[in-house]
Amino acid sequence: MTYIRPKFRHPDLKTNDLGYTKTVYEGSLSTLCAGCGHDSISAAIVQSCFELAIQPHRLAKLSGIGCSSKTPAYFLSQSHGFNSVHGRMPSVATGSNLANKELIYFGVSGDGDTASIGMGQFVHVIRRNLNMVYIVMNNGCYGLTKGQDSATADEGSKSKSGSVNMFNAIDLPSLALELGAGFVAQSFSGDKAQLIPLIKAAIKHPGFAIINVISPCVTFNNNPGSTKSYDYVREHIELTSTVDFVPFQEEITTSYEAGAEQDITLHDGSHLQLHKLESEWNPEDRMSAITALQKTKINGEILTGLIFIEPESKDLHHVLNTVDIPLNQLTAKELCPGSVALEELNAELR
Amino acid sequence: MKFFFLFKLFVLKPTDIKDPEYYHKVVDCQYACPAHTPVPEYIRLIAAQKYTEAYMVNWESNVFPGILGRTCDRPCEPACRRGRVEDEPVAICRLKRVAADNKSNVSALMPKAPFPSNSKKIALIGGGPASLTVARDLAPLGYEIHLFDDQNRAGGMMRSQIPSFRLPEHVINEEVGFILDMGIHTQFKTRVESLKDVIAKDYDAVFVGTGAPKGRDLYELPGRQEGDANIHIGIEWLASVAFEHTSAIGKKVIVLGGGNTAMDCCRTSRRLGGAEVKVVVRSPFNEMRASPWEIEDAMHEDIPILDCHVPKSFVVENGKLKGMMFEKVIAKYDDKGGRALVNAGEADVFIEADDVLIAIGQSTSFTWIERDLGLEFNKSEMPVVDAVTYQSTLPKVFFGGDAAFGPKNVITAVAQGHQAAISIDLFCSGESLKNRPSPFVNLVSQKMGIHEWSYDSMVEIDNRQSVPLVDKKLALSDRKVEVELGFDHLHGFTEAQRCLNCDVQTAFSENKCIECDACVDICPTSCITFIPNEEDESALRLKLTMPANNHDQAILISDAVPGTKRVMVKDEDVCLHCGLCAERCPTSAWDMQKFFYSVTKAGNQCQIAVK
Ligand SMILES: Cc1cc2nc3c(=O)[nH]c(=O)nc-3n(C[C@H](O)[C@H](O)[C@H](O)COP(=O)(O)OP(=O)(O)OC[C@H]3O[C@@H](n4cnc5c(N)ncnc54)[C@H](O)[C@@H]3O)c2cc1C
Ligand SMILES: Cc1ncc(C[n+]2csc(CCOP(=O)(O)OP(=O)(O)O)c2C)c(N)n1
Ligand code: SF4
Ligand code: SF4
Ligand code: SF4
Ligand SMILES: [Mg+2]
Repeated sequence: MTYIRPKFRHPDLKTNDLGYTKTVYEGSLSTLCAGCGHDSISAAIVQSCFELAIQPHRLAKLSGIGCSSKTPAYFLSQSHGFNSVHGRMPSVATGSNLANKELIYFGVSGDGDTASIGMGQFVHVIRRNLNMVYIVMNNGCYGLTKGQDSATADEGSKSKSGSVNMFNAIDLPSLALELGAGFVAQSFSGDKAQLIPLIKAAIKHPGFAIINVISPCVTFNNNPGSTKSYDYVREHIELTSTVDFVPFQEEITTSYEAGAEQDITLHDGSHLQLHKLESEWNPEDRMSAITALQKTKINGEILTGLIFIEPESKDLHHVLNTVDIPLNQLTAKELCPGSVALEELNAELR
Repeated sequence: MKFFFLFKLFVLKPTDIKDPEYYHKVVDCQYACPAHTPVPEYIRLIAAQKYTEAYMVNWESNVFPGILGRTCDRPCEPACRRGRVEDEPVAICRLKRVAADNKSNVSALMPKAPFPSNSKKIALIGGGPASLTVARDLAPLGYEIHLFDDQNRAGGMMRSQIPSFRLPEHVINEEVGFILDMGIHTQFKTRVESLKDVIAKDYDAVFVGTGAPKGRDLYELPGRQEGDANIHIGIEWLASVAFEHTSAIGKKVIVLGGGNTAMDCCRTSRRLGGAEVKVVVRSPFNEMRASPWEIEDAMHEDIPILDCHVPKSFVVENGKLKGMMFEKVIAKYDDKGGRALVNAGEADVFIEADDVLIAIGQSTSFTWIERDLGLEFNKSEMPVVDAVTYQSTLPKVFFGGDAAFGPKNVITAVAQGHQAAISIDLFCSGESLKNRPSPFVNLVSQKMGIHEWSYDSMVEIDNRQSVPLVDKKLALSDRKVEVELGFDHLHGFTEAQRCLNCDVQTAFSENKCIECDACVDICPTSCITFIPNEEDESALRLKLTMPANNHDQAILISDAVPGTKRVMVKDEDVCLHCGLCAERCPTSAWDMQKFFYSVTKAGNQCQIAVK
């Protein structure tokens, strides 16, 4: 058994704008089951951060409990990290973000961590539009505790032991849309070509951005009859559109075919180029996004790709009208301006 | 299935891994070795301290492991995969020596004479590695072997040319002895003066392994005749040192030439009294023909190398050699990569010398072969020899080693000897020489448990070990003191562990693949890509995650994977054979399988078939 990953890399590895190779964004060797979808998502996160040339120390990884929540150990080993209590990642993220809004907050959670024990926290962090990326590695089960059905398991889905789930599934993208999230996407761990541009766009989005990634649990939920298995997902996937992320420095070269093509300028000037496959869907229209999700659900299919985006989203700091300087950088001088200032303030109130 | 890939109509066929040459090529060192020695197999045995077994794996393929472990030209090392992922290749050659130095008594493992006779008689002319290999392969099959050599012992240039400080005599005696002990009839001090006479005898076949014994001279250079007493042909001089006819040389020595012979001449001169020995070469330093390590060894013995000096004349005063004049040149290159040495516009250089050794090349000499035998020679006075069968145009006469295609090296002589032996055996059995035996191959899974392989798959960054040397003063005081001490057990082990086990192959079965991407994600060197197939390999190579730009290395293309109908493409170029793809694969679509490839030797066709 290999406990270490060889340090050798391909001699022609490219470097990003910071001069780093992808290696800088890697983590330690995964201890997840061989073939776990979560590992693919970790690889997509590594690739996205490398391509965006993110300074690793400007990013904080946050997670709860679960196989999914273990993954921050397997990517971005040079970044900050906090592995919180089960389902409590949003509170830690909220606290950190309020204290230092300058970091990129990258949350990773599971369907159990989000839709069961963490549901209360999840809905509030959306409602508050905290500027963060929230990735759900959704395998329809509690992988870490041996594969019990989770709240996202589809009704009728069969577990490895043969029992059939009797309850309706919580659809996280629909819930997020309902609660006003400004960036909602759904993807599949086995489709990095789609997942990577979505992660990049989510990082660039100036508010709460959720990507619900179907990520098969190869050990407990990859059996025939399961609706979260590699085979089932591959066979039932529908795409809203193809997605390309174009950083803002780069020139846009493709020409647009009216109707099918859509270009969305993100807050920082980068672009998302979409080739639409779903008619009557407009990613900038919440109603049409909700409809598209519902429609595919009724057809027994899984809609992936970008679902909804509101490029100029106003995050929590904006709503609270906090000062420009991150709160953790405020010193006694600014926080305690002295008796003269107090006097002036009191005078205003008299 | 709603993936939007455009599938082309005519796409590349999956790689045929049943073709033994596919995986053979992945084992870079073995593929580059003229005798295709199973390198990683013996390196693992060395790591396990099974030196005798490691020696025998070598002996089977290359016949002279102890000799080659010290002197081989090592074409395997520039080919070694480790050199592509790290700076330096595995020290393959010197590991071979570890096996030879530490083996136990192997004579019991050698084929034992007498062998049941097949009543066929073969003459071998010349007793170098080529002829000795033919003898080794044919004697156990019952052939009566008669070996003729003009020297007093067998070994050819391994004995007469390669200096003792690189190759001690006892090593030659032992390995040549293993062969002569197989009941070979030897006739030393017998120069064959007429091939016609040999053919007239009742030999069933004749093998010519007379090497390339003629050293090039500089007859036309002014002063050559007058200075003759102190001007020597390098290879003749080395032979006379080896056979103890010469034991001294002047204080100031010029060695002309930039090949390995020049390196041996200068280093030998240093040991016979040459205090100021200089190598003077026409070409620029970085174009010298000598192996880098031989140049390094010469420089280590304080021998300066003066490049871009073209000899103009020998300077002789009062009948005594004083030195040589040289013209200084610079190399000019044309667009086609052609080189011309043009005058540098500097004054000619005089270099003092008591003796000059001319080491500027050697050639074959076939004055003893009559031209009316039906044995054709080409324009450059070389016999016309088939490059596969080594047969000449006179059917019962075969050539091999330096005599066949000009001066090369020991391992090439051995490889050609094996092939000539196969031809002779086929010829004597009345079979077609084109009917060459296919190699013996075997592919076996190395899986021992869920994440466990029967080979040491861990790959770590470890620098190449350097071979310890004997004290320089001691080395220079006696030409018989071996310079290299060889690796000890620990260094041998550390070096052996650098081997990436390129013979443990990554075998992929698309039907088991669920496309979870685990292998893609784990592969340290980004070798694996799942991608829609293409019509053209070059186009496919460019589209991989890491473009496969090294076209000398194959790419492994699978059949369409069931899920998305894409293909798996693996670039063999910088695969570490770490097995992580197979460890991470939940369905065992990847497996690590040990590939064994061995060139079939003469007469072994049926044995192999039984195996
Ligand atoms: C100075 C020097 C150093 C070298 N160092 C290396 C090295 O480090 N590593 C390496 O791999 N290679 C080295 N080589 C090359 C290597 O020695 C030869 O390529 C190899 O020995 C060729 O083997 P062979 O069997 O073809 O012939 P040879 O080894 O040349 O043997 C031919 C034999 O035939 C005899 N012979 C010739 N004509 C007749 C005749 N008419 N009748 C009877 N006998 C005859 C010769 O005397 C000789 O004994 C070196 C060569 C030289 C000159
Ligand atoms: C407070 C608390 N309750 C219960 C658990 C037990 N527990 C550990 S992981 C887990 C479920 C994880 O499921 P999910 O978030 O989907 O992660 P997965 O392993 O499937 O990736 C549970 C219930 C716990 N660790 N802490
Ligand atoms: S139990 Fe499931 S979710 Fe957890 S590591 Fe294994 S495959 Fe992944
Ligand atoms: S790493 Fe080992 S097996 Fe691979 S080419 Fe080098 S010596 Fe041969
Ligand atoms: S053995 Fe597999 S994982 Fe290791 S380098 Fe080769 S292809 Fe990559
Ligand atoms: Mg889960």
